[in-house]
Amino acid sequence: MEANNSQVNQRIATIAAHLNPSNNSQTVGPLGLERRDCRAKGGSAGFKVAILGAAGGIGQPLAMLMKMNPLVSVLHLYDVVNTPGVTADISHMDTGAVVRGFLGQQQLEEALIGMDLVIIPAGVPRKPGMTRDDLFNINAGIVKTLCEGIAKCCPKAIVNLISNPVNSTVPIAAEVFKKAGTFDPKRLLGITMLDVVRANTFVAEVLGLEPREVDVPVVGGHAGVTILPLLSQVKPPCSFTPKEIDYLTDRIQNGGTEVVEAKAGAGSATLSMAYAAVKFADACLRGLRGDAGIVECAYVASHVTELPFFASKVRLGRSGVEEIHPLGLLNEYERVGLEKAKKELAVSIQKGVSFVNK
Amino acid sequence: MAATSATTFSIGSVSVGSRGSRLPQTKPSAARFASRNSLTSFSGLKAATSMSCETEATFFGKESSAALRGSFATKAQKANQGSRHGLQPVASYKVAILGAGGGIGQPLALLIKMSPLVSALNLYDIANVKGVAADLSHCNTPSQVLDFTGPSELGNCLKGVNVVVIPAGVPRKPGMTRDDLFNINANIVKTLVEAVADNCPDAFIHIISNPVNSTVPIAAEVLKQKGVYNPKKLFGVTTLDVVRANTFVAQKKNLKLIDVDVPVVGGHAGITILPLLSKTKPSVSFTDEEVEQLTVRIQNAGTEVVEAKAGAGSATLSMAYAAARFVESSLRALDGDGDVYECSFVQSDLTDLPFFASRIKLGRNGVEALIPSDLTGLSEYEEKALEALKPELKASIDKGIAFVQKQPVTA
Repeated sequence: MEANNSQVNQRIATIAAHLNPSNNSQTVGPLGLERRDCRAKGGSAGFKVAILGAAGGIGQPLAMLMKMNPLVSVLHLYDVVNTPGVTADISHMDTGAVVRGFLGQQQLEEALIGMDLVIIPAGVPRKPGMTRDDLFNINAGIVKTLCEGIAKCCPKAIVNLISNPVNSTVPIAAEVFKKAGTFDPKRLLGITMLDVVRANTFVAEVLGLEPREVDVPVVGGHAGVTILPLLSQVKPPCSFTPKEIDYLTDRIQNGGTEVVEAKAGAGSATLSMAYAAVKFADACLRGLRGDAGIVECAYVASHVTELPFFASKVRLGRSGVEEIHPLGLLNEYERVGLEKAKKELAVSIQKGVSFVNK
Repeated sequence: MAATSATTFSIGSVSVGSRGSRLPQTKPSAARFASRNSLTSFSGLKAATSMSCETEATFFGKESSAALRGSFATKAQKANQGSRHGLQPVASYKVAILGAGGGIGQPLALLIKMSPLVSALNLYDIANVKGVAADLSHCNTPSQVLDFTGPSELGNCLKGVNVVVIPAGVPRKPGMTRDDLFNINANIVKTLVEAVADNCPDAFIHIISNPVNSTVPIAAEVLKQKGVYNPKKLFGVTTLDVVRANTFVAQKKNLKLIDVDVPVVGGHAGITILPLLSKTKPSVSFTDEEVEQLTVRIQNAGTEVVEAKAGAGSATLSMAYAAARFVESSLRALDGDGDVYECSFVQSDLTDLPFFASRIKLGRNGVEALIPSDLTGLSEYEEKALEALKPELKASIDKGIAFVQKQPVTA
């Protein structure tokens, strides 16, 4: 009886092995396109994602959620400290993505080679009383270094930039890529998803709607008054009293500060930022996969206004940003807000550009 | 225990711990008469159902779940996904996390906040939980997040809750065993479970705080002394051992992780963790060497992480993931799903020990059935390991019971 069982097991194991092709299959399609089979041991077909700053307050929950995402086949975690611990932790999760950890700047390049999507939460967070701009000096240097690595190792990757102040770090990244000759405006996106998430939540609260059903476009930038929620364009269509508009706009613009104060020095939004970043990264991956109709707000190189960068709804596809939606109709309140936003945004953008060119 | 009160879904209720000024709710929430459909269309974090694995699903909202299904289905099916109102589960359960500001508590709170089954998430800790709640409250998912700080607010945190998860306590440092945590964590668990007994005695209680082999018996004694003990609703969370076993076996045998399911029985520390490799699904054969390697690795995986973190803590993210999967399974069971199976450390008559981890069937009232077939037809290695773990497990259980009997609970 014992022998029979093990024979049966052997047969089944052999059959099972046939169902799992080895790593060597690289098929070349009729158009000469190479379709790399991403099957690492235990991995599934999917995308290679790197998180730069994976051991930090945002990076850790972000890494956990990306490990759970079925579209990720390989997950690279990079940071200057603590990555071995985070990698060991996450590698135990029973989901398909293969996790590798990289520690210290000397391993940055290894972490980046072959990546399809790079998410950058690296940097220091705000403390109570600080603006996002106060972080500029430290975070600008960090972003510059990381982008130099990206330009060298995975210039075609889609870059999702979270490090604040996003209004400046995205122009910094652009300048670094331009200098390296690898700048692709379709592939560099500043994450403003958390503003959208907050807007959806607060509007749903006020109106008594299901928060997952609400969609508020948020344009402009990612700091204070540069965050411009277009309440007149909410889906499902709703009308607001002027008091509600003031309250909501104010709350959405200061959502980040709300959390910094509540944490009283212990940090800024980490969990909701990870949630929003993963939602957005997931949208990028679905676009890369070829899904149609993926539209999200992001801060990108843009002609929607006279500024070189601006956040608005973009359509994501195989090459990154495939189409930038125009702002649409704004009401009086929003037009006034837009002018205020543009003024501050212009300064932040210039600050970033100058930093790289000095 | 079918506490699916629609009132928990109302957003306008004033509650303890609400922060800042809010406009009065002028518009009532639209009444949701979604049918109480079974939740087979929403699957949680890869829990085994009917002893086989379902498609791995995500918390990422309907678009992504739709996209995931689309990747398995034909294009035509993809086009029909459209509005998924009828298939979305109704958020109706209240979950409390005691220890929500900690290393496990925070990512766990995030995952539960993302669950479409949860209508209220109560976060409790002795510090830092205000910030965590403010942070999570911005996510656009149905659950309402409230924070409770300190023992004076613990009672309010627990009122009306369906599932209580307890990750509170201190983690190991390199060189420590889970038992070294006993003294601190035993007191923490005792205090918290006293409050659970007073405020939500009908809730499912998930104990994560180590050493689980002792803290679950501690919880049981506390509940007995309070006269509210229901052995069907007290669980020690051992899901992480199952998750680790699945991962290591899939890696070793080059299997697709989504298909792998390894039952893990016994306890939740060192050699008391017994992965039943002979019962792996899909059926694979292991050499004796592989069995030894895998078993030892699974037993010491927690230590692996403690060492890799070099003093910065123990497994937090994978623990949060595993615990969230178990919470999800409990909520599905509460919701009436008849097909929920998980491994958990519960009061058990499968062996001569009072508590034992094995596969259980979860239902509306908690443990519906233990699965005894797991302990029959074991390989020789597993039989030996089972006998070897019993003395250690018994000692840990007795230690926990003795702890409570020495200091009886406050009435």
